[in-house]
Amino acid sequence: MSEAVSALSGASYDGIVRVADAGLQGMIQLRGNLGKAAVKNAVTGVTGVDFPAARQANVNGERGILWMSPDELLVLVPYAEATQAVETITMALKKEHHLAADVSDARVMFSLEGEGLREVLAKLTPADMSRAGLPVGEMRRTRLAQVAAGVWLESETSARVIAFRSVAHYVMGLLTHSAQPGSEVGHF
Amino acid sequence: MLILTCPYCGVEADETELSPGGEAHLKRFGPGSSEEEFEGYLFMRENPKGVHFERWRHAYGCGKWFLAARCTMTLEVFGTYPAQTTEPPKKIRDAISAKRPGWSWGDFK
Amino acid sequence: MSTRLPTGGRLIDRDTQLDFTFNGKRLRGCAGDTLASALLANDQTLLGRSFKYHRPRGLVASGAEEPNALLGLGKGSRFEPNQRATTTELFDGLTCESQNHWPSLEFDIGAVNNYASRFLPAGFYYKTFMAPRAAWKHVFEPIIRRSAGLGKAPTERDADRYEHFHTHVDVLIIGGGIAGLQAARAAAATGVSVMVVEQTAHWGGRAPVDGAEIEGQLADYWVRETVESLGKLENVRMRARTMGSGVYDHGYVLAYERVADHTPDDDRPRHRLWKIRAKQVITATGAIERPLSFAGNDIPGVMLASAVRDYVVNWGVSPGDRTVVVTNNDDAYRTAIVLKEAGLDVPAIIDARPEVSGALPEQARALGIAVHAGRGVAKVLGGKSVTAVKICAQAGEGAPVDEIPCDVIAMSGGWSPVVHLWSHCGGKLIWEAGNAHFRPNPDKAPTGHAGEVFVHAAGNANGAMTTSEVLADADAAGKAAGKAAGGKATRKAAPKAKEEPSEPMLPVWVMPQGADIKLRGKMWLDYQNDVKVSDVQLAAREGYESVEHTKRYTTLGMATDQGKLSNINGLAVLAGSLGDDIPQVGTTTFRPPYTPISMGAIAGEARAELFQPVRQTPIHTWHEAHGADWEPVGHWRRPYAFPRDGETVHDAVKREVLNTRENVGLLDASTLGKILVKGPDAGRFLDMLYTNMMSTLPVGKCRYGLMCSENGFLSDDGVVARIDEDTWLCHTTTGGADRIHAHMEDWLQCEWWDWEVYTANITEQYAQIAVVGPKARMLLEKIGGMDLGKEALPFMQWAEGELAGIPARVFRISFSGELSYEVAVPASRGLEFWIKLMMAGEEFGVMPYGTEALHIMRAEKGFIMIGDETDGTVIPQDLGLNWAISKKKDDYLGKRAQERSHMTDPDRWKLVGLETLDGSVIPDGAYAVGEGENANGQRNTIGRVTSTYFSPTLGKGIAMGLVHNGPDRTGEVIEFPTLKGGSIRARIVDPVFYDKDGEKQNV
Repeated sequence: MSEAVSALSGASYDGIVRVADAGLQGMIQLRGNLGKAAVKNAVTGVTGVDFPAARQANVNGERGILWMSPDELLVLVPYAEATQAVETITMALKKEHHLAADVSDARVMFSLEGEGLREVLAKLTPADMSRAGLPVGEMRRTRLAQVAAGVWLESETSARVIAFRSVAHYVMGLLTHSAQPGSEVGHF
Repeated sequence: MLILTCPYCGVEADETELSPGGEAHLKRFGPGSSEEEFEGYLFMRENPKGVHFERWRHAYGCGKWFLAARCTMTLEVFGTYPAQTTEPPKKIRDAISAKRPGWSWGDFK
Repeated sequence: MSTRLPTGGRLIDRDTQLDFTFNGKRLRGCAGDTLASALLANDQTLLGRSFKYHRPRGLVASGAEEPNALLGLGKGSRFEPNQRATTTELFDGLTCESQNHWPSLEFDIGAVNNYASRFLPAGFYYKTFMAPRAAWKHVFEPIIRRSAGLGKAPTERDADRYEHFHTHVDVLIIGGGIAGLQAARAAAATGVSVMVVEQTAHWGGRAPVDGAEIEGQLADYWVRETVESLGKLENVRMRARTMGSGVYDHGYVLAYERVADHTPDDDRPRHRLWKIRAKQVITATGAIERPLSFAGNDIPGVMLASAVRDYVVNWGVSPGDRTVVVTNNDDAYRTAIVLKEAGLDVPAIIDARPEVSGALPEQARALGIAVHAGRGVAKVLGGKSVTAVKICAQAGEGAPVDEIPCDVIAMSGGWSPVVHLWSHCGGKLIWEAGNAHFRPNPDKAPTGHAGEVFVHAAGNANGAMTTSEVLADADAAGKAAGKAAGGKATRKAAPKAKEEPSEPMLPVWVMPQGADIKLRGKMWLDYQNDVKVSDVQLAAREGYESVEHTKRYTTLGMATDQGKLSNINGLAVLAGSLGDDIPQVGTTTFRPPYTPISMGAIAGEARAELFQPVRQTPIHTWHEAHGADWEPVGHWRRPYAFPRDGETVHDAVKREVLNTRENVGLLDASTLGKILVKGPDAGRFLDMLYTNMMSTLPVGKCRYGLMCSENGFLSDDGVVARIDEDTWLCHTTTGGADRIHAHMEDWLQCEWWDWEVYTANITEQYAQIAVVGPKARMLLEKIGGMDLGKEALPFMQWAEGELAGIPARVFRISFSGELSYEVAVPASRGLEFWIKLMMAGEEFGVMPYGTEALHIMRAEKGFIMIGDETDGTVIPQDLGLNWAISKKKDDYLGKRAQERSHMTDPDRWKLVGLETLDGSVIPDGAYAVGEGENANGQRNTIGRVTSTYFSPTLGKGIAMGLVHNGPDRTGEVIEFPTLKGGSIRARIVDPVFYDKDGEKQNV
């Protein structure tokens, strides 16, 4: 054994939606002045996606930029590139007050696939999970039951959930419980 | 169960996504301050029946602290605003005056 | 007898027969039955015993207001007590049992209370069990506990699952009767999103039963059409079997969906608790008929007139063969007419009103029913069922003028709007004298987020009584709510209904008006809690003027039905006794839930392994596989010790300590908080946060630091490492990471917002493993990759590199006094690194150790632990930590507070070590006693133990404690009384018990 392992080693569950550990994902927490060109250039440079507007998730495969707060981004790159990407960003922002940290291992990412994903999530978060409440591509930081999570939809049938690694089992349990066959709500 | 709009990220947050932080606009007194000043800073609170200013953190969200002007009686929210201010902005004070003419809170009115 | 009628029953399907059992008896009902209607159809009129007097009880109502028919439902893992038969849908295989009787429903020993009822008046318990005090614990409480409570608690784990569901909607309508449906139509037409919830399985409410005609069609038809058309609208969601449970601030509403109560075993969640955020709420919750207070009104067979009608019309069940109707209003005549038309006998209508004319009475008379105007009930005859009724003049004192044999009495005292949900969030009521009821006061409606009115009542719930009034009122409410929620005004008129002329009702609170105490002592107000007219009157005589006090004194309205039938009647009796008007007396507070909801629904997913998030380190699975005995630390699970086969936990801890001190031990320290602090002002910021100086820490070095709150109290501690010129890594305690990160952000965002500092909580990015013991360096050198020698990495420094091919940051710090390295590796490789250490360490005798060994070793070294030596009232100076408090700094958080007189008081208890004279271990939390007594006659205390352990290293009990003038009393022996009696004597010593010069950690 000499490979990095994700918190749930690729576990999955097929219920009214398919819930799966999306595996290792490079994630860089970047805090800085998001209005500065240097910051924008640094993150669009390592990801190749457009800089997101407030509360947007611009993601293309394993690369993307998630808007987390007015001074924080979560930069997604392939896992193997995360260390290098931190260095690239740090170099690019040498003259800017900022903080870039590799948090790939501090998180777990889930993928949700299926028609019922809005309902599965609505069982766990007080956020408005209707189409109008959370359009595709919008980043929502919220809670799932008792833990913090970030959620965005890639399409009406595909969503991503990020949570802390230590509660990966708990979040998997929550999603599994909510996605059990027979749990369809038929509301959204 | 309140809903407060986070002035930083714009999310209309559920109370369960927030954590409360007590009274707003406290002026810190450190070493060198008198006993009275320090007592006031540490212990004395407005605790009003009516217009109140308080601190909230968008804890299950963008993580930012913000301030809210709220009626403790009716739970009406007059507005939320960023924490980087030592007094309620005019817009907030005007909003309160429109609803609660003649209000006062600490040194503000 | 009660029975199934040959025809009728709009809700049942006679072709689908369902089997069920009651008290083991096999019975049969129809699809569409409630358990109540099915029991009645089987002539099961006796359903339970009352709470206090164990009086026989039967059905009174047909819906959520039913006070009597509470049954134990289901078996084993699906058993649930106190289920309302009237709101339980029948399903095939249902089993239920009656409650609150012994040995049987028909013969109940407890009924002796009934004969003693004059010795059990209001306030009996309060009065009787006041004294002597000792008798309470040994005599009264055990007896009361045995006789208290309806039903039995389930003994097995609940087999079902539950969930929550959050949704946001513009207009939420609670109640799916014609008012709710019309309000939905009107609101939906404004273009906003609408959700309608209905507590029963059926739409339409009472209107179809009451024979309403809307737009020239029977109500049933209109309901069907309306439900169908609403169902087609994109912006409307409808949900039956979903009760609006409570209305809360800012448009928050809880609704309780009984998803699968009627279809157990179909793999759906049993209940779903809806957490709804509505911009506007319409309560279209209908009205509840009031009983009349006459002697014997609790005998099985005395029912609400509307309920009798419901059973006939909805379920084709006749509650009895001969029904006498007793009323003070026109509506009850509908029951007489329905019964007559069903071919049943209605020997008389007893109407308290002196004059009875009007359309409905005339229709009844035309059917040949005798109407006795100005009459009341003197007394109901019967025991376990009604046999006859004696009638008298309502205006008199109860002298019987006639006796009419019957088996059912259908009573109506008028209608009370269901104002509960309106009232939950502050809506006020007004008294409507004409209908003798409280209804919502539209000028004092609940207000929401922006001060706007957010609850509207509609239909019966708003006091509208006729069908056309109801529809017009609901239409207006729907339009108003739609508009307030951002919709566009529409002009479509409300549907018209056939006029329903009715004559005024006559308020009747006691029947007959001049009833004597003997009669009043048999007039039930609250059936479930056995509260009678005489009890409320007694309370008034004894000085209970407030309705809230009377409620608690008599227990009126405090049963599981929350007084749905009894509250208005009770407070009218109270008002009468006090000589006040009813509005002056007011109502008690309406509190959620509207009807009881299951604990499972409240818990939702949060049970068993999902009860709380359990935080796991990257090495958790290894610990689990190696028999870890777990300790919860915050939400984390940490191994307390790793007992081997045949070893006690205590022995394991001892072994782990000794092995670590002699060889090498591994500790999973991943849970320690790790917070990056970076920026040009980071040093300055940390100098404010920590009591000591962090800005001067050289890059590459580590320093132990203390954090205090502004109150001066010690809040957290940990080692800080300077990573580079403007980056520090702050370690916190296991429980402190989130709290301290929030604390940092608080000060940065709210006080020093112009300082250039960013923080990031990177706790979970790393698995952190402490490699501890004299052979620690040998082990790390064996796996190789970094020079960790004494010169290359001295004590209190850190280095970065690769160990065993894994990126690692190594901190040379020690919490045990031994040679110790804390190694942080990426979490995803933590398990791999741990296993490599375990394998490589075999030749060095490596063993994992848990939190207890950690605690013991730190105590042997006299290191404090946040939460043991601190409790939120302890300042660093109390703990002899002055060396970690900078004298050079002008300011740090807590500094000013530590200058307060109480904090500088020389009499504060201070940290010392404690060594027992006999080597035993002082019990946790023990106090040391001194001379004299305090004002309460207790021994004065002079100190307390904060940490106490058996030290395997020293072979004796050691402890730390806070003692008055402690450090000045070194060598003195103090006394710790134990709970068992006697006391343990301990000598005050230096808190560092082991390796006082710190040579071992410095090798």
